Amino acid sequence: MTNHWIETLTNHLSERFGEAVQPDSRPGYHGFIVKTEKLLEVFQSLRDELGFDYLSSVTGVDYYPEPFMEVVYHLYKSTGGPALVLKAQVPRDTPIVPSVVSLYPGAEFQEREAWDLLGIRFEGHHDLRRILMWEGFAGHPLRKDWREPFFEEETKPFKSRWPQGHFSRAEDRNPYRNNLSYPTGFDPEKWVPEKDELLYGGLHFAGEDSDIKTEYVVVNLGPQHPSTHGVFRMVVLLDGEKVMDLKPVMGYLHRNHEKIGERNTFLQNMPFTDRLDYICSMSNNFGYALAVEKLMGIQPPERAEYIRVMMAELTRFLNHMFSIGFLLNDLGAFFTPSLYAIEERELILDIFEEVSGSRMMCNYFRFGGVVRDVPEYVLDKIEALVYDRLPRKLDEFERYLTHNEILRSRCEGVGVLTPEQAIALSAAGPVLRASGVPYDVRRADPYSIYERLEFDVAYGIHGDIYDRYLVRIEEMRQSLRILRQVLKDIPDGPVMVGKPQFQVRVPSGEAYGRVEGPKGELGFYVVSNGKPNPWRYHVRAPSFINLTSLKSMAYGSKVADLVAILGSIDIVLGEVDR
Amino acid sequence: MSDDELNLRSYQIPEELKGAVAITTLDRIYNWSRRNSIWPMMFGLACCAIEMIATAASRYDFSRFGMEVMRPSPRQADVMIVSGTVTKKMVPQIVRLYNQMAEPRYVIAMGACASGGGPFKEGYNVVPGIDRFIPVDVYIPGCPPTPQALLNGLITLQKKIDKESLRKAHWYQKGKSEPIPIPILGPDLIDPRQIPLIQELGQPKTHDVSSAVATEGLEAQHDKSLD
Amino acid sequence: MNGLWILRGLGITLKHFIETYIEDLREGKKRYFTAQGIEQRRNSKTRGIFTVQYPEEKLPVPEEFRYIPFLVYEEVDGRQKLRCTACGICAKVCPPQCIWIVRSTDSETGRPVPAPSEFYIDVDICMNCGFCAEYCPFDAIKMDHDYEIASYDRQKAHIFDLQKLAKPVTYYAKIRPGNYAKEQRMLVEKETAKTLS
Repeated sequence: MTNHWIETLTNHLSERFGEAVQPDSRPGYHGFIVKTEKLLEVFQSLRDELGFDYLSSVTGVDYYPEPFMEVVYHLYKSTGGPALVLKAQVPRDTPIVPSVVSLYPGAEFQEREAWDLLGIRFEGHHDLRRILMWEGFAGHPLRKDWREPFFEEETKPFKSRWPQGHFSRAEDRNPYRNNLSYPTGFDPEKWVPEKDELLYGGLHFAGEDSDIKTEYVVVNLGPQHPSTHGVFRMVVLLDGEKVMDLKPVMGYLHRNHEKIGERNTFLQNMPFTDRLDYICSMSNNFGYALAVEKLMGIQPPERAEYIRVMMAELTRFLNHMFSIGFLLNDLGAFFTPSLYAIEERELILDIFEEVSGSRMMCNYFRFGGVVRDVPEYVLDKIEALVYDRLPRKLDEFERYLTHNEILRSRCEGVGVLTPEQAIALSAAGPVLRASGVPYDVRRADPYSIYERLEFDVAYGIHGDIYDRYLVRIEEMRQSLRILRQVLKDIPDGPVMVGKPQFQVRVPSGEAYGRVEGPKGELGFYVVSNGKPNPWRYHVRAPSFINLTSLKSMAYGSKVADLVAILGSIDIVLGEVDR
Repeated sequence: MSDDELNLRSYQIPEELKGAVAITTLDRIYNWSRRNSIWPMMFGLACCAIEMIATAASRYDFSRFGMEVMRPSPRQADVMIVSGTVTKKMVPQIVRLYNQMAEPRYVIAMGACASGGGPFKEGYNVVPGIDRFIPVDVYIPGCPPTPQALLNGLITLQKKIDKESLRKAHWYQKGKSEPIPIPILGPDLIDPRQIPLIQELGQPKTHDVSSAVATEGLEAQHDKSLD
Repeated sequence: MNGLWILRGLGITLKHFIETYIEDLREGKKRYFTAQGIEQRRNSKTRGIFTVQYPEEKLPVPEEFRYIPFLVYEEVDGRQKLRCTACGICAKVCPPQCIWIVRSTDSETGRPVPAPSEFYIDVDICMNCGFCAEYCPFDAIKMDHDYEIASYDRQKAHIFDLQKLAKPVTYYAKIRPGNYAKEQRMLVEKETAKTLS
């Protein structure tokens, strides 16, 4: 069926655009290469005529030493179906691509990231500033010829560790005893730091001019603020208490996951993916394992698939519990609902500890299965939780919170996101579904064994905070439903294809593996050239892209509501900044 | 002299010892009151922050140790638990917060990332350990340290506080204490204490072989095709 | 009536509060500071107080728990003989590359000897992933359970050298009995397969 679908698309595109759209014929690659002059026309036609209205991922790839860079777009229909991959190739010395922000506003942050890390200019982007690094940083780090100060070798394993591995710290090799290097001739006393003029200058007052001359105030919320979503900063322009404009500033936790990912081998990347969305490490592992298994062309055995789904659904439950607990924290109910939520979370974390060895950084999935089997007594524990404790506690939690008058009056009608806005802004996960778009990757583009399982997709109608809360509660119930089916049907058998090996042979090509993480669609774009380490490794982070909708949700609300809206999007900074 | 005689009320304490006895008992009371009411600052950076929250939650309650409230404001906090990777973009804010904390203040580096860079040490935006900028009292290794490991670290801090003496406490010494200068975000992070070194190493190559080697090493590390 | 659900929510909190006392009375002395009491507060039927009072009550860690690695040695003729042969697989597979190994050489011939002369693990970089233990072909490096390693000075205390890393095989059998039993079984099977062939 997919081949037929691709054929019809190819025919349609070559009819309309002729030479400008060519299928990508490199071995292992998919999709179409589009000439940059026709890019906007192609996108317009795809969106309006063929119904591809959901732009999920925009990323850049550097093909040094070949003289070109590529921008890769993954498009979907919001009614479901597989991805349409488009690429635009640009020369490396003048990488300029037309920006698609006018058609798909959700590409805003992703294009800024491609500019920041790769140096690709997007013409027509209204606010092309660096997003993860600070203005004034020297260079574009993700380029293949840019080396970090603690650079040792192009890929791991390093030769300095064995057999003559005399211990030395990386700081001792650097004259500053720190992870620093400056351009030659740099004089710090002559450096004028950017006072964020571009950031503050970009705020504009979009309200009507009234006769009363009021002053507006610029307030910085964060990066250290008593809301445990992490180090995230919002610059808001306030008219009294009402938010008129908002600019998020991120990058305070940018830990160079993608650059380190290029130096690691495929297997060594697995524990690093745990630390992306650090609350739900199992689902990050799942997405990465799916992407590399697509490249390798292997399929895990049945028991491993069931175990994977079990872990993914338990993770969904605990993430939603945690997120609702912290939403209530943001609303002011300091810590009691969080304490009840964390109690359930601790019981599930006990299971993760038994099975994988660590509460949070599970590192449990491997290419071709999972690392070890789940023993019988742990399955009994999971049954006791799924059949007895978790439904009972979820009911109690709902009785405690759902009709609470304070919660309802503060959350209903606040932070509204219409369905058209949600699709255009590439929102994903509960944010998208609460706005009335029942798009769930488990149903739209099924992976693993989700096609055999019976569950409903929870969605809301109003698109406000209260609906997101209700969607999360309903998703928890559906997770329990899936878990009951999995526990009943789990077969016996091996949990890993082949023998465990650390030197993984991955053929060249590209793959995009995506899962429905608890926060939204988590995608991993992996490009391999046959070597033991990936050529390009990109994470499509749901929290990062959901933040694009923060501004439209927050316009006109009060500061107190702004905190609640941020809580309802449910971001985690490890993902936002990678 | 036996203990009974020493403890009699009529015993005359010699002049030079009078002050010393008072400070030792006072030390113990002072330290006891401080070690049992350390208020952490609500400052979580990354994954270790989630374990810190789990430690504050019901299973591993740390308010049993006196860390009753987690204050978001640095003016009201006693200990800053740096939990998570310290990135260059965040370091100016961390140093500012540290300067704003009132003495006596302590810093706990929780996790491998805050102690020494952690698994992300080789990244271009990561600082290899917060002790490059602020003084740290206790290091807790682990990635992430389990809540019990964090509690063990807090008990280690309490033991350290027990050994402090009023006479040597640096917040009671004469003179103003200098705040740590705040780093600047330039082409790379600039620590104001290293400005002379940066200027020296940034000089164009001279005939001196050693400095030529140093600048060559830096040039090789930095991309020449930057614009 | 407006506010009815707030009252119901407060009723739930009151119920939790009263349950803590009822559970304490029901269990009595066995509830705190006993292993049985800790188990009761961990299973899915727990009610009432959920706190495990560290350091008097330590929650036992499961067998698979991973913290910092350690090297296993066996007692042979009264000496410590490390199982490690300095093959370097753990150093190659470690994701943040925190293991440094120097393979010893025979002092006379200069040829490599399968034993490490130096072995360092930088605990400030280790991410507790367990790959070294998973891929060691000689069962020589395993993940420890000891998490009480906070220190005041990281320059000295956070580089684990051979002396600090080497622990006896009896310690390994004590903390990971299931894994140890499986290894012994596989050894016995290999021996019988060898003698049969």
